[in-house]
Amino acid sequence: MAEYQGNTIVIKPTKGWVSINLRELWRFRELFYIFSWRDFKVRYKQTIIGVLWAILQPFLMMVVFSIFFGRLAGISSNGVPYPIFVYSGLIFWNYFSTALMGASNTLTDNENIVKKIYFPRLLLPFSATITPLIDFFFALLVLVGMMVYYHSAPSLLTVVLLPLLLLLSFLAASGLGSLLSAINVRFRDVRYALPFLTQLLFFVTPVIYPISIVPIQYHWVLSLNPMTGIINTARAVFLHQSTIPYTELIYSTLVIIVLFIHGLFYFRRTEKIFADVA
Amino acid sequence: MEQAIISAQNLSKAYRISHRASYGTLRDSISQLAKRLLTKTDQHDTVEEYWALRDINFDVQTGECIGIIGKNGAGKSTLLKILSQITSPTSGQVTINGRVASLLEVGTGFHSELTGRENIFLNGAILGMKQSEIRKKFDEIVAFAEVEKFLDTPVKRYSSGMYVRLAFAVAAHLEPEILIVDEVLAVGDAEFQKKSLGKMREVSERSGRTVIFVSHNMAAIRKLCQRVLLLDKGRIIASGKTDAIITQYLRPQQEYQSESLFNDDAHDVQFRRVATLNIHNQPVREFSFGDKILLQINFDVKKKIFSTLIIGFEIYNDEGLCIFTSTNADQSGVPKKIGVGKFQANIYIDTQQLLRPGNFTLNFHAIVPNICIIENIEGEIGFSVMDSNENITSKLGYIRRGVLEPVLPWNIQKLS
Repeated sequence: MAEYQGNTIVIKPTKGWVSINLRELWRFRELFYIFSWRDFKVRYKQTIIGVLWAILQPFLMMVVFSIFFGRLAGISSNGVPYPIFVYSGLIFWNYFSTALMGASNTLTDNENIVKKIYFPRLLLPFSATITPLIDFFFALLVLVGMMVYYHSAPSLLTVVLLPLLLLLSFLAASGLGSLLSAINVRFRDVRYALPFLTQLLFFVTPVIYPISIVPIQYHWVLSLNPMTGIINTARAVFLHQSTIPYTELIYSTLVIIVLFIHGLFYFRRTEKIFADVA
Repeated sequence: MEQAIISAQNLSKAYRISHRASYGTLRDSISQLAKRLLTKTDQHDTVEEYWALRDINFDVQTGECIGIIGKNGAGKSTLLKILSQITSPTSGQVTINGRVASLLEVGTGFHSELTGRENIFLNGAILGMKQSEIRKKFDEIVAFAEVEKFLDTPVKRYSSGMYVRLAFAVAAHLEPEILIVDEVLAVGDAEFQKKSLGKMREVSERSGRTVIFVSHNMAAIRKLCQRVLLLDKGRIIASGKTDAIITQYLRPQQEYQSESLFNDDAHDVQFRRVATLNIHNQPVREFSFGDKILLQINFDVKKKIFSTLIIGFEIYNDEGLCIFTSTNADQSGVPKKIGVGKFQANIYIDTQQLLRPGNFTLNFHAIVPNICIIENIEGEIGFSVMDSNENITSKLGYIRRGVLEPVLPWNIQKLS
């Protein structure tokens, strides 16, 4: 919509695909921090236990899953205690689904700002994806506690792979989130369809069951789901398993890169009509 | 001549108004698609293009303060939105040589859960201020808004006055090279409005910043702007010195008659003549504030009306607002039966009680309630009420806002 030449802005109609203006994003980095800070500040306002929710939610889910799937259904967990098995996958899944939900609704939630002020709109899905990271770190503390309780030490590779897995989850959530938020501006159906879709996706992601219970010839299908590789790798390093599923990780990475690029460009392409249809 | 800081060339913006459900759900779109595929005909449900702006050309020099005026729907807000990059033009382009901050609303992005202090930082950042800049001006903003005591209270507990003051205070401390301002001075109480206007003047005059200012408040435009663009139906219809353009804008577009005759014969109740007369029974279209207007309606009833016949008129002001409606049922509630024949109605309108200086148009109607509208005449005659010494506004140099300027009996007693 606008071209910058030094201090000069040329505003003219655009058609088709629009490139991503990194310089502009950089110029607006402070606003990005502020949006993220706001989302975090507001997240647990007027609650009694505040940020404890970030711990309580995954913890209770873990308890429920352990009882129903671990105990009653007797789902295998590759030899590790089921609670720690499910929890190590759950924290990544929770991050992904919360971030995706936030990013997808961010344009409509911030409609009043979008209609009144210009800033690179991409800041919104990105900051909505950043904020749930804080919840992730709180939830991670519980995992540390569980490791102590079960005498389970993580692999040394955690130091390298944890940041990488987080980055991948971030890219997956923000890429898909950008795409969905852009669609959401026009079709509010997204808001209603998404919770349902993430729930479905949850069952085709090896969170509550190990991938080994799925026949091997279907593994590649599961690997198309970006969170599969991430969760399996996370488990392998957290639980110090011998084999790290690099092939799956590479699959997932490729899928995430495609998703991310497509999401961003789709977003940029439709960006100019946001203020008109929001 | 130096290069213009803002230069718009052939700027146009079209909105597409589709005559089907406007912001559709996915289901609508799918069913539309299915319909189109099945019926083969390229049935592009009537999509109408509405040109909110058409071939806008103007230049703004550095340090100028430009006013943009026009009726609602003239395209002012669309123009500001394009200049602020919120929406993109359909054709044409604008070149801007400087850092722009736009203020289309005060308090954009304010979050009700956050405190005053937090909102200053949030809103400042949204408006394009650097955090360091906000920190430097923080005390000044707080002092301007007069909210020191409530800095750490969530703004949802603020009174609406405090909220608006804080919001404006942040905006007033923006320091861009170009400031784009929509109708934001109309917030807060009178005193705060004065303060805001003063701040705006300071911004444009003392610091030599370029300002583009949209307002319906002609007094504010006069005070702030040297030059004005007048928009109408998406086009610039006049531009130039503020006073000249404002006069042109306020002049009624059409010279209304003081008397109108009708020869039509189609209706059972037929208006023959409507007129505005002065106390000497002469048709005139200009009255002084304080005068009484005699409104005369001649009509024929050609057929017996079995139900109640209501004859009435409506008075509209410049902005298309209906000031009031009056009918032959005003006094009794149930009007006297009107038989067949020729009639004349005389109504006196006290300008001082019911109107205020300005231009007015009249509509007339004859209806049978709940059954039909027999006759309806719109905008045939009109009149102006001129300012006079009777007007308290001119006596005290004090502006009374409102649609009316009634004289009410005040009784003030000293309490012991």
